[in-house]
Amino acid sequence: MSGDTNWAAIAMFAGFVLLTLGITRWAAMRVKTTDDFYTAGGGITGFQNGLAIAGDFMSAASFLGISAQIYSDGYDGLIYSIGFLVGWPILLFLMAERLRNLGRYTFSDVASFRFAQTPVRVLAAISTLMVVLFYLIAQMVGAGQLIRLLFGLPYPLAVCLVGLMMTLYVLFGGMIATTWVQIVKAVLLLGAASYIAFAVMWRFGFSPEALFARAVEVKTAIAQSAGATAGEAAQAGFAIMGPGGFIQDPVSAISLGMALMFGTAGLPHILMRFFTVPDAKAARMSVLWATGWIGYFYLLTFIIGFGAIVLVATDPGYLDPEGGLLGGGNMAAVHLAHAVGGDLFLGFVSAVAFATILAVVAGLTLSGASAVSHDLFASVFRRGRVDQAQELRVSRITVLVLAAVAIGLGILFEQQNVAFMVSLAFALAASANFPVLIMSLLWGECTTRGVVTGGAVGLTLALVLTILSPTIWVGVLGYAEPVFPYGSPAIISMPAAFFTIWLVSLLDRSGRAAVDRAGYTAQRVRSETGIGASGASAH
Amino acid sequence: MSTSENDRRLEQVAQDPRYISLVRRRGRFGWALTGLILVVYFGFILLVAFAKPFMGSSLAGGATSIGIPLGLGVLLFAIAITGIYVRYASRFDAELARIQAEFGAETGAGPVA
Repeated sequence: MSGDTNWAAIAMFAGFVLLTLGITRWAAMRVKTTDDFYTAGGGITGFQNGLAIAGDFMSAASFLGISAQIYSDGYDGLIYSIGFLVGWPILLFLMAERLRNLGRYTFSDVASFRFAQTPVRVLAAISTLMVVLFYLIAQMVGAGQLIRLLFGLPYPLAVCLVGLMMTLYVLFGGMIATTWVQIVKAVLLLGAASYIAFAVMWRFGFSPEALFARAVEVKTAIAQSAGATAGEAAQAGFAIMGPGGFIQDPVSAISLGMALMFGTAGLPHILMRFFTVPDAKAARMSVLWATGWIGYFYLLTFIIGFGAIVLVATDPGYLDPEGGLLGGGNMAAVHLAHAVGGDLFLGFVSAVAFATILAVVAGLTLSGASAVSHDLFASVFRRGRVDQAQELRVSRITVLVLAAVAIGLGILFEQQNVAFMVSLAFALAASANFPVLIMSLLWGECTTRGVVTGGAVGLTLALVLTILSPTIWVGVLGYAEPVFPYGSPAIISMPAAFFTIWLVSLLDRSGRAAVDRAGYTAQRVRSETGIGASGASAH
Repeated sequence: MSTSENDRRLEQVAQDPRYISLVRRRGRFGWALTGLILVVYFGFILLVAFAKPFMGSSLAGGATSIGIPLGLGVLLFAIAITGIYVRYASRFDAELARIQAEFGAETGAGPVA
C-alpha cells in the first residue's frame, strides 16, 4: 500500500475537504467582528465547546502517536494518555470559571488583568508562540507522513498542502470555522475509533485478558525470531504489560508527569476555548464533556494499540522486510483500520486522521495569531487604540506568516520525533503559562515584576534544560554525556517559576507593585462572580 | 459605567458576608478535589517510577498485570472527579445568582469595548 494510490482514501479525502470548506464558507459569512474571529462571538454551548476541546486534544499525536507507542511498548503508552487526561480536573477546579469571568480573547487578558499590560503581554505572547510552534511542527510532520503514505506524494508537497488548507480555514472562517471543523472531526474520530476498538474486542469475545494474552504471545514470538532464548523471549513478551524502558529513572517519570498534567492547564489554544462560551457555568460543563470524551478516547486508543500488536504485527502485508511498519511507526492505527474494515474504512480513517491534523493545526495557528494581533499589536503596540478591522487584518497577516513558518519547519524537522516535540510544548506551557496564571489568579501579593521574572525564568529554564537533556545534547548534538540527566525539565523549571514569582513579588517595593496589589480585590470578585465583566473590560 | 464606579461596586461585593462565605466554601471544595487528583495521579506516577516490577506483575495468573486496572482506574477517576465537581459546584449557583442579581451582574458574555 505504501506509495500506491488508494482511490477509496482519495475519494474520502475529497469529501472531507469539501465538507470542511463548506463549513468555512458558512462561517466566513458570520465572521464580522474580532469577537467572531477569535472566540466565535461567545456563542458556543458547553456541550459544543466540550467536543471542540476534545477535538483539539485528540490530535494526531494522540490518535496515531499513542496507539503507535502502545503498539511498540505496550503499557508505556497508557502512562502518557493518563498524563494528558489528569490536567483537566486541575484546569476545572482552579481555572476554567475564573478564566471565563476575566478573559476576552487570549489567556494574556487574564494573566495581565491587574498588571502593567506591556511586559506581561509580551511575555505571554512569546511563550504562546513558542508553545504553538513546537506543537505545530509535530502536527505538520505527522500530516506529511500520513499523506505520503496514502497518496505517495512527496513529503514537502504533502506538508505544503496541509499548510494551505489550514490557512484557508483560519483566514476566512476564524474561530467559528475552526470550532465547527473541530466538532465534526471529533464526532467522526470518536466514531471511527469506537468501531476499530469494538471490532478488536469482538474478535476476543470482549475479554481483555484474551487480547492481552494474545499480544504477549505475539511479542514473545517476535523476540524469539529475533534470536532471543525462550526465557528471554517470554520476558520480553510480558514486558508490554508493565512500565518499561520509556520511563528510564524515577526523577524523569515524575518530571514528565508534571509536564503533562500542568502543561494541559497552560496550553494557549486550549485556554482560548474558554472564551467561546457565554458564561462560567458553560465553561464548567465544557470541561466535563471534554474530559469524558477524551478519557473515553484514550480507553479506545489503548485497545487499538493492543489490537494492532495482535492483528497488524502478525500480518506481513503491513510490514517491511525488517519487521517495521510500512509508512513509519506512527501508522499502527491506520493499518489496523485496514485489518478490521478493509480499503473503504482505511480511507475513512485516513481522511479523519487528516482532518484531525488540519483542525488542530488551525486551532493552534489561530491562538498564535491572536497572541500577535491582540496582545502585541492591539494591546502593546497600539495601546488599545485600534479598530477591529485593523486588528483583524494584522491577525490574518500573522496567520499567513505562521503558516509559512510551520511549513518550513515541518519540512526541516521531518526526521524529528513527534511525541518529543509535543512533550516539549507541554513542558514550556507547564513552566511559564501555568505558574503565571495560577499566581496572578490566586495570590493577591503577586506583582507585575514577579510574574514577568518568574515566567521568563520558567520559560528559559525549560528550553535550556531541554537542549542540555539526553534527547538533544546526546541524540541531536552528539555529545557523549548529557549536562542535564533527565528526560523532562518540568521538575526543575516549574517550581523555579513559582518560587521566582513568589520571591520577586515579595521583595517588590515599586510603585507599580502597589497598584498590582490594590487591583486584586476587584479581580478576585469578578473572577469569582462574573460581576463587572462588561464594565471593567477597558483594561 | 465608569471604571471607578465599577470598582466601588466590586469593593462592596467583596465586603458582603454572603460573598465571603460562598467564596470560602467553594474555594475549599476546589482545593480539596485538586489535592485528591494530585495524590491519585502522583501516587500512580510514583508506583511507575519506583515499583516497575510490581506494576508489571500478573494480576490473577494471566496476562493482565496489576498496572492495567490501576492505570485505567486513574483514567476513570479523573472523569469521575470532574463529574463530582460539576455536580456540587452547581449547588453554589443559586447563592451566586442572588449576589449577582443584587449587585447587577452582566455575566461575561457579549461584545465589550
